[in-house]
Amino acid sequence: MPARLIVSGVSKSFVMHLRGGVQIPVISGVSFSLDAGECVVLGGPSGIGKSSILKMVYGNYGVDSGQIIAVRPDGKMTDIASANARTIHALRRSTIGYVSQFLRAVPRVSARDVVAEPLAGQGIAREEALGRAEELLEKLNLPKALWDLPPATFSGGEQQRVNIARGFITSHPVLLLDEPTASLDAQNRQVVVDLIRDKKAAGTAMLGIFHDQDVRDAVADRIVDVARFSGRGEAAA
Amino acid sequence: MSLAPETGLDTAKGAAPAADADLPLLRVSGLSKFYGDRVGCRDVSLAVWPGEVLAIAGESGSGKTTLLNCLATRLTPTSGVVEYRMRDGSVRDLYRLSEAEQRLLMRTDWGFVHQNPIDGLRMNVSAGANVGERLMAVGARHYGKLRSEAERWLERVEIPASRIDDDPRAFSGGMRQRLQIARNLVTGPRLIFMDEPTGGLDVSVQARLLDLLRQLVADLGLAVVIVTHDLAVARLLSHRMMVMKGGEVIEEGLTDRILDDPREPYTQLLVSSILQV
Amino acid sequence: MISAAYNFAYLDEQTKRMIRRAILKAVAIPGYQVPFASREMPMPYGWGTGGVQVTAAVLGPDDVLKVIDQGADDTTNAVAIRGFFEKTARVRTTTATAEATVIQTRHRIPEEPLTAGQILVYQVPIPEPLRFLEPRETETRKMHALTEYGLMHVKLYEDIARHGHIATTYAYPVHVAGRYVMDPSPIPKFDNPKMNDCEALQLFGAGREKRIYAIPPHTEVVSLDFEDHPFRVQEFAEPCALCGSTGVYLDEVILDDRGGRMFVCSDTDYCTSHRPSGPDDQSAAEWENAR
Repeated sequence: MPARLIVSGVSKSFVMHLRGGVQIPVISGVSFSLDAGECVVLGGPSGIGKSSILKMVYGNYGVDSGQIIAVRPDGKMTDIASANARTIHALRRSTIGYVSQFLRAVPRVSARDVVAEPLAGQGIAREEALGRAEELLEKLNLPKALWDLPPATFSGGEQQRVNIARGFITSHPVLLLDEPTASLDAQNRQVVVDLIRDKKAAGTAMLGIFHDQDVRDAVADRIVDVARFSGRGEAAA
Repeated sequence: MSLAPETGLDTAKGAAPAADADLPLLRVSGLSKFYGDRVGCRDVSLAVWPGEVLAIAGESGSGKTTLLNCLATRLTPTSGVVEYRMRDGSVRDLYRLSEAEQRLLMRTDWGFVHQNPIDGLRMNVSAGANVGERLMAVGARHYGKLRSEAERWLERVEIPASRIDDDPRAFSGGMRQRLQIARNLVTGPRLIFMDEPTGGLDVSVQARLLDLLRQLVADLGLAVVIVTHDLAVARLLSHRMMVMKGGEVIEEGLTDRILDDPREPYTQLLVSSILQV
Repeated sequence: MISAAYNFAYLDEQTKRMIRRAILKAVAIPGYQVPFASREMPMPYGWGTGGVQVTAAVLGPDDVLKVIDQGADDTTNAVAIRGFFEKTARVRTTTATAEATVIQTRHRIPEEPLTAGQILVYQVPIPEPLRFLEPRETETRKMHALTEYGLMHVKLYEDIARHGHIATTYAYPVHVAGRYVMDPSPIPKFDNPKMNDCEALQLFGAGREKRIYAIPPHTEVVSLDFEDHPFRVQEFAEPCALCGSTGVYLDEVILDDRGGRMFVCSDTDYCTSHRPSGPDDQSAAEWENAR
């Protein structure tokens, strides 16, 4: 299967100017690649920099050094580490999707519209987008009564299901999963596992963080141990 | 039916043709404004593409409003170039346009939303006349059509059409701000400048306005340059942002990157000052 | 009786030249408000100081002057101004529209069509038609310069929104020669059509505001309106109670405190010359008494 994402020699640290300019290394020398139809899970204890890697790949953390090459649907390659804001925006529309842990709730927009929105952004007709959104919400067992309500007042698990639906609705070739099952019950966890398997079968390349051992075992093709890139580990050694 | 036959404006939808989406609408290079020996803004360069929202953040006195006014031909810069891609595709230096051309641009292809709606509305004429003014300015001469267009826009900004004959003086702050927005959007502009549009409003009213703006911007494919000191507004509305301090742009990039991974000491200070609810 | 202390037509020759230059410019740019150095006149502002200065500047010894106020030759303002020029210029005066070469008017245009060679001088209180909505003079001048006249329609829109029709009945704005929007002074909109393609020269003088503007003969003058609310003049149900004329502008005259009233021509010269049986019939006497 062709490579969708190539991460090589990526380092990241934070400089905390409000704390006297102290430099906090996060990770360094991160290198791995991700093929189409494959689910790679970032492993290692919490606080080791797994989320930071996802955020760098998605472009919302800057990269100190190294390259993150994304392969766009048209076969062209973009280095996310050095791309400008507009390029990253275009990449998010065409290539890289993200399912975050928390929903950033927008007031007054219904759950159904929140889910359908990314499709509308890709130019898909509203009716079709809403239909797909309903299918997903149904699959994720979100009560129908909630579909027309803004998710701001939903429980954590309900919000997360809205968020998952929103993340899975598009057919981005690369999908980043940041603990999508964290606050779900067993039944809904299984739904997510099925969704991930469907995506895999469709050739989507996925990079994820899963703390849940069962889910990880069910979906991971490979595990990349982030501990070996840990900036903190190096600093300690 | 076109309400604006003389200019051939497409009042229905402002979405730019796909071929033009790769070219910036507004391009600014080396723009500076000095007030005597005081710096308003210094050496600012930026570009805004169709359908894109650019937030300019910074505290008061950082030069963001000076910059906005220089972009919108409301304040002549000391040096630098501001170029705009007109509807016919030609790129024009805004400060080489005649005043007539500048003013025509301002009331057809652009909008300007002031922090205080009193600055952007005619307080002594009805809401309907406020919305219709731009259309009449470009030649609309049919009362019935003006009225139905005004009703349509009032409802679009969530003002009941039954208020069409009321003076803005009788409106609440939030309604006045929404009326100002409708008044600006009626000619189908491609670029909107906003100066702290949620500035003087209660928090709940702010949320409603922000949400409305977000929807309008997305539905109409507007390009927006918005000045705000409120990073939550930038987060909700903008794709990219610039942080200004002492008249200079100190950091710029994707909005979520600036807010999640700020690099400059001042930006980190701003971000860490956001109240968490 | 002319006092030797007065120059011809009161104003000194330098001042008249200055005013004539302003008038020439105004004629050259129809509808454009030309600033001029308005003088103090021996009458208060609001009594026609602008019109008087324009009349003084265009008047020659051979001219025949008519002065009307709201259409009447015999009201205080008209009598005073007529007397002023009789005294300071010793020109012949008349009440007959056809006979006059210069007609100074406050708030009316005579019913009898004006002819080539005549000059109609309007007294103007507020020359700026945009002031109602835009009080800044710097801004209104810019709007005139850039032909930004949307605001005039905002005013008419408000009229319709509030009254169901264009309720402006006097000082109704006009578009002159396809360029400038102009305030025709507070004449009834009934008179607006008379300004269009008029054979006479029309001059407007605003003394307090120091502006002169003009409509040269045979200039297109269009009253502003909406496609679905076209410009219309007032219509009167009855003919003039004195002369029986129709299609003229009528004044309502209250005859007593028991609701008695009559509608008569506002143009007294026109009325007098159109009465079937001379000025001494019964209703005319009644009318004279009422005045």
